[in-house]
Amino acid sequence: MSEPSIGPQVGAPPATDIQGNARGRGWIKELGFEAIALATVCAALLMLGVLLVDIVLDGWPRLGMDFLKSLPSRKAEQAGIWPAFVGSLYLMVITACVSFPLGVAAAIYLEEYAPRGWLSRFIELNISNLAGVPSIVYGLLGLAVFVRAFQLERSLIAGGLTLSLLVLPVVIMSSREALRAVPPYVRDASLALGATKWQTVRRQVLPLSLPGIMTGTILALSRAIGETAPIVMIGAFGYISTVPTGLKSPFTALPIQIYNWVSRPHRAADTGITFQTNAAAGILVLLAMLLTLNAVAIWLRNRAQRRLK
Amino acid sequence: MTAPYQEPIADYLSATTQRPVDDGLNGAGAEVAGPPTGCRVRSEDLHVYYGPVHALKGVTMAIPDRDITALIGPSGCGKSTFLRCFNRMNDVIPDVRVEGRALLGETDINGPRIDVVALRKRVGMVFQQPNPFPMSIYDNVAYGPRIHGIRRRSRLNEIVEVSLRRAALWEEVKDKLRKSAFDLSGGQQQRLCIARTLAVKPEVILMDEPCSALDPQSTFRIEDLMGELKESYTVIIVTHNMQQAARVSSMTGFFLMGELVEFDATRKVFQSPADERTEKYVSGRFG
Ligand SMILES: Nc1ncnc2c1ncn2[C@@H]1O[C@H](COP(=O)(O)OP(=O)(O)OP(=O)(O)O)[C@@H](O)[C@H]1O
Ligand SMILES: [Mg+2]
Repeated sequence: MSEPSIGPQVGAPPATDIQGNARGRGWIKELGFEAIALATVCAALLMLGVLLVDIVLDGWPRLGMDFLKSLPSRKAEQAGIWPAFVGSLYLMVITACVSFPLGVAAAIYLEEYAPRGWLSRFIELNISNLAGVPSIVYGLLGLAVFVRAFQLERSLIAGGLTLSLLVLPVVIMSSREALRAVPPYVRDASLALGATKWQTVRRQVLPLSLPGIMTGTILALSRAIGETAPIVMIGAFGYISTVPTGLKSPFTALPIQIYNWVSRPHRAADTGITFQTNAAAGILVLLAMLLTLNAVAIWLRNRAQRRLK
Repeated sequence: MTAPYQEPIADYLSATTQRPVDDGLNGAGAEVAGPPTGCRVRSEDLHVYYGPVHALKGVTMAIPDRDITALIGPSGCGKSTFLRCFNRMNDVIPDVRVEGRALLGETDINGPRIDVVALRKRVGMVFQQPNPFPMSIYDNVAYGPRIHGIRRRSRLNEIVEVSLRRAALWEEVKDKLRKSAFDLSGGQQQRLCIARTLAVKPEVILMDEPCSALDPQSTFRIEDLMGELKESYTVIIVTHNMQQAARVSSMTGFFLMGELVEFDATRKVFQSPADERTEKYVSGRFG
């Protein structure tokens, strides 16, 4: 670092001390750890990258309006993703419409109204437990309750309700988080002006926490549209040649369609398009939907942060 | 399209001085005997418990109307607790228990049939930290009137302007009413909070250390403002600033460990206190 000194080294000893530490074993350990951490990150990113590149190479040429708007077919080059795409969209809308109001209402009750006590702690514990329950269990529940007991058959609405159950705990938890993030002074100031509890929630707390609530809900939804197990459980169709027209229509969804294609035998037509190509393109569509949802969530979060200083 | 606004500004401002006898807070209705003249806000043997903590131990106090009363005392002696009894903001805290009586006129504020919303409209509060809502300046002031059912644009405009003028803030903000309240300085924010409180036409204003987060300049402005407010409102201010208490108030109460040690004319409390604990505290040898 410094030029070699010739004369009597007055300030030298402390300097070498400090340098000694920086260049000593501690430094090597530090570097080693950094290298390992970096390597793991790179490995993870690399795998993801390889996967993505592979899928894009396979699927990209297949993407297009044709692929999106066609019905499935026995011929790979004619098969499209339309019913599954529409099915997934419907499922998402139903799930959002059911889980958002229910989840937010539950969160408002628990956070703003419920007396703090063993009961609310018990409920809280159970909600976080529910969030960890494997999704296939929700599928079983949906099968027993919606398909059988409510006789909704293998319909969109049964699928949507099942997915709503699945995401509800997450929606409740993230909504509570967002409500809790509203500073207490806002509530105090509103109440002190003679607002009722409900007015305070409606006009102050809810608007302030809405972006946070939406972010949580959207992230939960993006989990739901990738789910396969529960809707397979309640009997989404693997192959379907009609677009769902109503809540009681039979349906399929993107993950199921993709799974279905992947499991078809390799048999290239003259065009070189196989069902595997279709699966790759389907995955790209699903990924695009997920990315769109997450981008909206991030945008909402940034906007909320700006609003609350 | 609707009938012209009928209540002139002057009326609006003086509304507090012409308050009808019936408090309208109590479902039971009519008042019994007249209150001791000039002291509508009173407490009688008021106790407050936070769970096992006995925070207020039998405070009896009569606050003079349309005047400024200061509450002083070391930290944790129960000043805020006392203040919050008068707008029932203690209700928000779990495990709180209030005994004894806090009165507004002849109405027991802690009575079972009290309409807390109506009470808080009558007894406004300004907090220690300026706490405007994350809304525009206009919406901050209009919030109270809106939740109490005033919808008409012209009426709201009027209330906002009058309240901001009263809070000595109008000239500074009249061109940026739509800007966020957070764009104001701390002192301006605090005056905005006062305007917000005035907008619901209170009779009593509780101020819990309203200047402790402000610079001296802003503090003086607020003190000036309080001098004007006392013409129409009963003001109770908690302060740690002895000079401030001496400057603004006519009466001063000294609290210690949940008890009201001394309550007398401010001059008396600061110059010749009756209790030696008060003497120690105001001379700065204590707390
Ligand atoms: N929410 C609460 N829960 C439990 N105890 C409380 C609560 N608020 C206040 N206390 C207790 O009540 C007593 C009085 O508190 P209070 O806030 O009224 O004091 P204060 O005189 O306003 O103090 P400061 O000058 O610091 O604001 C204190 O001992 C405090 O610990
Ligand atoms: Mg206090």
